Amino acid sequence: MGSTYLLQQLLTGISLGGAYALIAVGYSMVYGILMLINFAHADIFMMAGYFMIFSFAAMPWPVAIVVVILGTILLGVTIEKVAYKPLRSAPRMSIMISAIGMSYLLQNLATYLFSALPQAYPAIPGLKKLIKLGDLNSSMVTFVTPIITIILVVLLMMLLKRTKIGMAMRAVSKDYDTAKLMGIKINQIISLTFVIGSALAAIGSILYFTDRMSVTPFSGTLLGLKCFVAAVLGGIGSVPGAVIGGFIIGITETTLIAMGYSTFSSAFTFLILIIILMVRPTGLLGETLTEKV
Amino acid sequence: MSLLEVRDLRVSYGGIEALKGVSFDVEEGQIITLIGANGAGKSTTLKAISGLVKSNAGTILYKGEEIQNIDSQKVVEKGIALVPEGRRVFANLSVKENLLIGAYLRKNKVEIESDLANVYSLFPRLEERHWQSAGTLSGGEQQMLAVGRGLMAKPSVLMMDEPSLGLAPQLVRDIFTIIERINDMGVTVLLIEQNANAALKIADKAYVLVTGEMVKSGPGQELLNDPQIRDAYLGVTNK
Repeated sequence: MGSTYLLQQLLTGISLGGAYALIAVGYSMVYGILMLINFAHADIFMMAGYFMIFSFAAMPWPVAIVVVILGTILLGVTIEKVAYKPLRSAPRMSIMISAIGMSYLLQNLATYLFSALPQAYPAIPGLKKLIKLGDLNSSMVTFVTPIITIILVVLLMMLLKRTKIGMAMRAVSKDYDTAKLMGIKINQIISLTFVIGSALAAIGSILYFTDRMSVTPFSGTLLGLKCFVAAVLGGIGSVPGAVIGGFIIGITETTLIAMGYSTFSSAFTFLILIIILMVRPTGLLGETLTEKV
Repeated sequence: MSLLEVRDLRVSYGGIEALKGVSFDVEEGQIITLIGANGAGKSTTLKAISGLVKSNAGTILYKGEEIQNIDSQKVVEKGIALVPEGRRVFANLSVKENLLIGAYLRKNKVEIESDLANVYSLFPRLEERHWQSAGTLSGGEQQMLAVGRGLMAKPSVLMMDEPSLGLAPQLVRDIFTIIERINDMGVTVLLIEQNANAALKIADKAYVLVTGEMVKSGPGQELLNDPQIRDAYLGVTNK
């Protein structure tokens, strides 16, 4: 096992981690605002895969990318309005069950519409091109995924920390009633959260499926769970936490596969979840309670 | 016409009637206080005005316009701000952000800046700590922040729910002095207090609530000398 091989695997891991991070951010943000684990998020990601297959066939690829992102946003926001908004004042368990139901609905809908057979994911020009960087050989997508992830996350952090709407999002995540007293429209902020989460899931799906080359109605299931673990590992509710969690899960998984333990790579991810819940339930960057009463 | 008129307001929570027809007036420029024991319906009254709880019957008139059961957001927009019970500052936001979010609906940046400077002159401690996250402030500082945040909405009426709760005696005195200063700045104040003694001293008019009903009203000083009130709320027995 030479150092080139290690570097090659590390690059693959970072790239996979970038895609995980983009999806984990969606789980984390929705949890931060609604205290809801949005089980349908993984299936929104899966649907984004199908959106690309159909858009790519019908229009030039740059337009297709825009259409996929917009379509995924529309799907995410619609799910919130239909399945979660009517349950705003219901117990948290009800809304969680609604999320699980939504997840199965999307999977079954996809099976019904597109069959359970894997559909080939289109090759976006440029992304599959082989790049040689020193001794490293990889397709373009492997190199650009982490870069795109970092850029998007930095933009998101700036939105949250520097803008008025970002400040409102942070306020709503803390206290609905008091946020209302400030004149903040809660529903508008929740919708925005789903817009951002879905857009990131759409971009994540383009990067992920370009590498995997096919989509099935169940493509989101295991991946969604792993990204959820990433969000918990980083500290659910925290955006930078979700990103760090995504990269950690991506890199460990690839390392295990490289070492020949591919059978155990997913199991190891869930082992991480159990350990983090036992040792540090708030996650790496999860907030400790500083509120004084 | 009073600035705020509450008429026969009724509110129920899960089958229990918290307000059984409450009526009172808030005159422009005055300090009005509602006093009463725990569970008398004081907080519910303010929450109903703010739109946080829905009323079953009755009217709330603000500048002659019915505002009962409109969204909280609209109530703030019209000029009625609430400093909620227990401070409820946004612990994850900085002190300055907490103040700025109080001005969330306002657009004029110059005015917001000058009001921020005003709040800082009222509470110099908040300026010193403007960068700190609000969760790290002491209880008294958080209360100042909650009041400052309410002022940032530039309200005509500032409603305060138990601002002295849980504060050290020195801070309690400070809070009441500040309430008077806020009133001098032209803001009408609707104050709820358990500390009836201090509240009555600064109030132009006071109302006494008992289990969801108004039982008495009058100028603050008058109620302060009322034997019944002294006995029930001020902890002094009359010999």
